[in-house]
Amino acid sequence: MTLEVIGISVLWLFLFGYIIVGSIDFGAGFFSAYSHWANKQHILHRIIQRYLSPVWEVTNVFLVFFFVGIVGFFPKTAYYYGSILLVPASISIILLAIRGSYYAFHTYGGTERNWYLIAYGLTGLFIPASLSIVLTISEGGFVEVGASGVTLDYGKLFASPLSWSIVLLSVTSVLYISAVFLTYYADEAKDERARALLRRYALLWSGPTMLSALLIIYQLRYHNPEHYANLWNVAWMLVISFLFFVITVWLLWRQRRFGWAFIALLFQYAFAFYAYGISHYPYLLYPYLTIYDGFTNETMAMALIVAFIAGLLLLIPSLYLLMRLFVFNKAYVKGKWEGGKG
Amino acid sequence: MNGYDPVLLSRILTGLTLTVHIIYATIGVGVPLMIAIAQWVGIRKNDMHYILLARRWTRGFVITVAVGVVTGTAIGLQLSLLWPNFMQLAGQVISLPLFMETFAFFFEAIFLGIYLYTWDRFENQKKHLLLLIPVAIGSSASAMFITMVNAFMNTPQGFEFKNGEFVNIDPIAAMFNPAMPTKVAHVLATSYMTSAFVLASIAAWHLWKGNRHIYHRKALHLMMKTVFIFSVASVLIGDLSGKFLAEYQPEKLAAAEWHFETSSHAPLVLFGMLTEDGEVKYAIKIPYALSILAHNHPGAVVTGLNEFPEDERPPLYIHYLFDVMVTIGVFLMVVAAAYWLGSIFRWKWTAKKWFFGLLVAGGPLAMVAIEAGWYLAEVGRQPWILRGYMKTAEGATSSAHVDTMLVLFCLLYMVLVIASAIVLIRMFRRNPVERELAERSNNGEVAP
Ligand code: HDD
Ligand code: HEM
Ligand code: HEM
Repeated sequence: MTLEVIGISVLWLFLFGYIIVGSIDFGAGFFSAYSHWANKQHILHRIIQRYLSPVWEVTNVFLVFFFVGIVGFFPKTAYYYGSILLVPASISIILLAIRGSYYAFHTYGGTERNWYLIAYGLTGLFIPASLSIVLTISEGGFVEVGASGVTLDYGKLFASPLSWSIVLLSVTSVLYISAVFLTYYADEAKDERARALLRRYALLWSGPTMLSALLIIYQLRYHNPEHYANLWNVAWMLVISFLFFVITVWLLWRQRRFGWAFIALLFQYAFAFYAYGISHYPYLLYPYLTIYDGFTNETMAMALIVAFIAGLLLLIPSLYLLMRLFVFNKAYVKGKWEGGKG
Repeated sequence: MNGYDPVLLSRILTGLTLTVHIIYATIGVGVPLMIAIAQWVGIRKNDMHYILLARRWTRGFVITVAVGVVTGTAIGLQLSLLWPNFMQLAGQVISLPLFMETFAFFFEAIFLGIYLYTWDRFENQKKHLLLLIPVAIGSSASAMFITMVNAFMNTPQGFEFKNGEFVNIDPIAAMFNPAMPTKVAHVLATSYMTSAFVLASIAAWHLWKGNRHIYHRKALHLMMKTVFIFSVASVLIGDLSGKFLAEYQPEKLAAAEWHFETSSHAPLVLFGMLTEDGEVKYAIKIPYALSILAHNHPGAVVTGLNEFPEDERPPLYIHYLFDVMVTIGVFLMVVAAAYWLGSIFRWKWTAKKWFFGLLVAGGPLAMVAIEAGWYLAEVGRQPWILRGYMKTAEGATSSAHVDTMLVLFCLLYMVLVIASAIVLIRMFRRNPVERELAERSNNGEVAP
């Protein structure tokens, strides 16, 4: 394995982490708002708050880690993506800022407003949609490199069916991933009513995610034939991913082993995400930037990898502690220590 | 696009984001330490007042952290969005501390989550206090790492520059550049001092209004002692920062001091005005003081601004920023010393209403000093973004939309700052300390 491949694998892992924890967070926000609107607030609110409260800041760090890491390992991405993403990324930042801060204001500061809840729910869908544009752009065809620098063709981007399918996948995935996780979480909490409702949502969104994924593959064929051809080389991964999808849906359907259903979902997304990433190789931005010409110098790469390993040694025990105390702690999940906050 | 200047707009937007971020970041660095001090004193003295202080500060802290996190995310992305050329070049050498910073954030975020939700989960309060240590270490470490990056922009090293590219890169040498020791130390000391003073100001505010509850007195006393220690440290390290500048960035010091001709026995110029033909008027001149600040010796030679090519001189208005910072620094140290001596010798005037008024002003003033200090450091680096290697104008984006983004971010920050202030005020108004004390004493936790 070359240093370049190690670097991109590490980053891809963290992006995957962000997609999972971010989706749970964004989807939970949407369900929370929706249930309020549909007068089902009493069923979902507590279970969602109990999960989100201790972990929301950690979710954000996954994103920070990714964008700092990619500029560290591949400084040229700062030049290419930095130049073109000013508007889309700024919009994402603003949405993230509103969502993050208002979550804290609401949860800890006790602001109680309906418009807040609506904004919170909707940003949960807009943020993944706006972030997913980066993946679309990376497929090439929307960027021009001229004498005055790199520019993005917004007209083309908005007219492209590919970008809309990717947006569709991001939104449906957010809802599906978070519904499956929260079903499991509600099951741990022995909250039957919440579990039943969330299980319905999970089943409801399973089909659309699969369809939009297929749609993307179909459109890739026309948009980026090279990537499409490479995707066939890893078709076996997509097949495995699909099998895991079947397992999740089946377990949900039979109402058994919700924990395993969520683990199968993790594998489903991991295989699909890595298949996508591997077939994207070696491009960071079709056709201008590969991981090889964008890479930092060797000394820095080694230093970053050493820092990464040292960092993991620090983080894994801490994350384990967080999980033990909150996410996988039966007493906490069931609502004991509710008054423990502050 | 008449007069559209992406470089200028990028500078304004960067400055704006950092101006907002630094308020919350300073609190983020300092307040965990103050909470830890209060909780520790509370455990040692078995005094529930201090524990309650720690609890209430923590609740407010969460709100400021949230804004710190989102504005930090903004500046982190904006570094690449607004300065793509700079990041592409500098990223080769200095991305290591940036990367390590994210681990510090991770560490802090995880333990803050745990700390917040485990107040009543441990029989032994000490175990709960232990959870705060990683939070304090994480946030101070993140300040250290980001300040290392900033120090690198001032005194870049750890590479060779050949044909417009960096080669033979040494990330460790880049991190431990000459600006690093004083900068990191000054930033940390001033963050602790400012956070302590902000908390002291809140207590002083209650006393000023006539509320003489022992809870506020204890809070004020604890924080003013802390302020005194860190303000002495800040001023001492500030003096070292001046010596650092004299040696490595003499043009910044010369511009800050309106010291044009190289000379020995240089006086320190305070305040004043600059006439059109470059004469200093109405200033207070402290003889030899600049020579002492720069080299610890009244007869030492201090390099003047005229030694530098005209297009490499920083703007002269940084003089006022320097004055503001130093004046506030000395003033706050004197106030803290007076408070402390007053409490030892039982001076009457340090318990008077006007003195509490001074203490109320101290917190905001310290924050002003932080902002002035950063503007001095950043504007004083101009026209360089990477001193000696890349001018600010070369680093910026050429995107056509910086103006719209500037407007959007202005709105965003206004909303964030105002909303966070309202939330904080309401949070503490709704649940005044008297009521919380009464409730807890009913539960047998505290004496009323
Ligand atoms: C409460 C805040 C505060 C106070 C009271 C002081 N400072 Fe300061 N100063 C800062 C907050 C600050 C800062 C915000 O932390 C800066 C900006 C960048 C940096 O490294 O620290 C800074 C920078 C800074 C610099 C520029 C360093 C550089 O650009 O590399 C100098 C020379 C001093 N300070 C000197 C002093 C002196 C002589 C003080 C004596 C009273 C003083 N400061 C008090
Ligand atoms: C947090 C406190 C800080 C404040 C208040 C601050 C403020 C400012 C201001 C006002 C400018 C515009 C200067 C001008 O154009 O005349 C600026 C520029 C800049 N600062 Fe800072 N800064 C801070 C810390 C940092 C740190 C820690 C870094 C880097 C890691 C940094 C990186 C930059 C960059 C890249 C620019 C743009 C280039 C330039 O104008 O020099 N700043 N900052
Ligand atoms: C260019 C300069 C800077 C950048 C790029 C930057 C980046 C960031 C980022 C990305 C975050 C959010 C991390 C998260 O998700 O938890 C953050 C938060 C934070 N930053 Fe900054 N930062 C800068 C300047 C500073 C400075 C100068 C300080 C301290 C003196 C500082 C101290 C902090 C702290 C303590 C936090 C944690 C949030 C809090 O506790 O309030 N930052 N910063």
